[in-house]
Amino acid sequence: MAIKTEPFVINIGPVHPSTHGVFRMRATLDGEVIVDLEPVFGYLHRGIEKLAEERTYTGVIPLTDRLDYIASMSNNLAYVLAVEKLAGIAVPERAEYLRVIMAELQRIAAYLVAIGAFLNECGAFFTPFLYMFREREKIIDLFEMVSGQRLLYNYMRVGGVSQDIPEEFLPALGEFLKQMPRFIDEYDRLLKQNEILLARAKGIGILTKEKAVNCSVSGPVLRASGVKWDIRKADPYSIYDRFEFEIPTGEVGDCYDRYRVRIEEMRQSLRIIEQAMEQIPSGAVKSEVPHLIRPPVGEAYAHIEAPKGELGFYLVSDNSIAPYRCHIRAPSLMNLTALREMVIGWKIQDAIIIFGSIDITVGEVDR
Amino acid sequence: MEVDEQAGLYVYSDTELDRAEGAAIESLKAHCQQAIPDPDKWLEEELRRNILLTSVDFMLNWARRSSLWPAICFPACCAFELIAANASRFDLSRFGMEILRASPRQADLMITAGTLTWKMAPQVKRIYDQMAEPKWVIAMGACGISGGIFASSYNVVPGYSRIIPVDVYVPGCPPRPEALIYGIRMLHHKISQRHTIEG
Amino acid sequence: MILSLSGKEVAAQLEQQFPGSIIASSENNFLVKSESLLDIAEYLKSSPELDLDYLNHITAVDYYDYFEVVYQLTSIKHNHSLVLKTRCYGRDNPLVPSVVSLWQGADFQEREIYDLMGISFDGHPNLKRIFLWEGFQGYPLRKDYL
Repeated sequence: MAIKTEPFVINIGPVHPSTHGVFRMRATLDGEVIVDLEPVFGYLHRGIEKLAEERTYTGVIPLTDRLDYIASMSNNLAYVLAVEKLAGIAVPERAEYLRVIMAELQRIAAYLVAIGAFLNECGAFFTPFLYMFREREKIIDLFEMVSGQRLLYNYMRVGGVSQDIPEEFLPALGEFLKQMPRFIDEYDRLLKQNEILLARAKGIGILTKEKAVNCSVSGPVLRASGVKWDIRKADPYSIYDRFEFEIPTGEVGDCYDRYRVRIEEMRQSLRIIEQAMEQIPSGAVKSEVPHLIRPPVGEAYAHIEAPKGELGFYLVSDNSIAPYRCHIRAPSLMNLTALREMVIGWKIQDAIIIFGSIDITVGEVDR
Repeated sequence: MEVDEQAGLYVYSDTELDRAEGAAIESLKAHCQQAIPDPDKWLEEELRRNILLTSVDFMLNWARRSSLWPAICFPACCAFELIAANASRFDLSRFGMEILRASPRQADLMITAGTLTWKMAPQVKRIYDQMAEPKWVIAMGACGISGGIFASSYNVVPGYSRIIPVDVYVPGCPPRPEALIYGIRMLHHKISQRHTIEG
Repeated sequence: MILSLSGKEVAAQLEQQFPGSIIASSENNFLVKSESLLDIAEYLKSSPELDLDYLNHITAVDYYDYFEVVYQLTSIKHNHSLVLKTRCYGRDNPLVPSVVSLWQGADFQEREIYDLMGISFDGHPNLKRIFLWEGFQGYPLRKDYL
């Protein structure tokens, strides 16, 4: 006997237990299979682009902290690079090395949260998350030594960094670098061949190469689909061309590949930090810039490889002390364009896992 | 089982739902132009009359404050300090608070961790209304107290006290987990002075 | 290193294919008429030596007389990038053709520009507000808001 069914629209969010924030998906279901999905956001739209137009160039830096609040150092770096490109300001060597060390440490911290939250949604309720937070606390201790803050550092400045590192920073960083590979191996040993993770994440949410490039996806999601595109190698900013590291890519583009890409990239980040620690010179950490920066009339776009993807700032200046227009190219928003393609045909529980593997931060999506 | 072909249409653009939600947000915004005063009038009254708590009150207050269950309301950055407070180093489970219930009906504390926008405000109010009495609210962070660094923006509510009554304010941007634990201890102190049974 | 294609060279190449559509060109970018935007974009995407298949971002800037819409395109295979601009005049109902059919990444970005600046995109399948709610009056990122 044939049963007639009708599609049914439900809301997933905006308040839901996975830690990605206030994000809502309006899913049209046929039974348990998703037929259509519409992401609805804007619940954290704070108007940062408009607020940036009424602050000075240095005063925008705390606002950029709050974009992707898990990876503040990267946001600061992208904005400061854009202002330096616009105004033509050079940065001293020691500041460049400090920036690279901070950015790579921040990448490890952000990936720890991403993998922990992803496994949270796969069903390993909080155990890997708490393990990863133990390491993240060590990285946060290092950042607290440098900037005094635990989460939103406000450390980079136009022309360098805001202050030099204390003497105990480099020995503590050396200690951390000795211990961390052992911990990454511990996570890998627990999770790489784990039956439940393989059953829930392998083959789920496949994103093909062509679709990924067409949807302007970037970051680990793009690399997991097989495209070898990393801005640190393709368009090196700061001093990344002096370091040796590899770019891990996946083959299939499913959730398991995204998880593998993140674990491998953490190992590569540790390599970069070791090389930077050996080569760091002494000297000034900030070049002489005027207190109120007035760049010449023009525009500039600077992008970096943030933990979520390609983060870019497009600045237009009209020779006044505040930016005329500041547009933020948010990687989480672009990566969401592919969500609908990846989710149609799977069930709700798979949709949560696919959404978790893209790893967004709503502060960046909504700005 | 056959699927009805006609009903499997592309329902991506559902503007009626959007318009209804937009109307709800506009009406809430018009309604909440003044801040709700803090619910602490009863504290001053107690001090003036100098009433002693009965032993039943003492037991009830002890039970209530030792196992406050927070409801989930994680808009923004302060959420990560709340999660860090729950994690291994600053363990909130020693206060009986490790259960982060997704369902607001089983919760009695709302820690508002993040900036509130007018688009989100009806949902937060709905969660607050769904919590069962007695319930308390901790406004965490500068954005929760007064809008914080974003106060002059077009979409940001200047503080949670516009839409729900707040008991404890914890300043910071974001407040350290130790500051949050201090705020929770202040709330414990406030609960322990509640006079539940009259007479 | 990503090579930034020179606006002048690409403009000269395009002038032969689509005469009369280039308004101005400089070292970093070039400006086209909004009517011929879709044809030029299709040519930029499908021509084998340019092959600009990755759309980095779309922005709009409010200069008081006109709005300028800026597209940044990259080619992953050849590792070069290009900036394309177009303008639309009038503050009541500015209109620009949509490039969603070529690069799907433009979907949310065009909705955002519609929401915050008020520029409509002709040919977008689902042009409605994305960050603010339906019924919000005005376009916040314009210079004359509040």
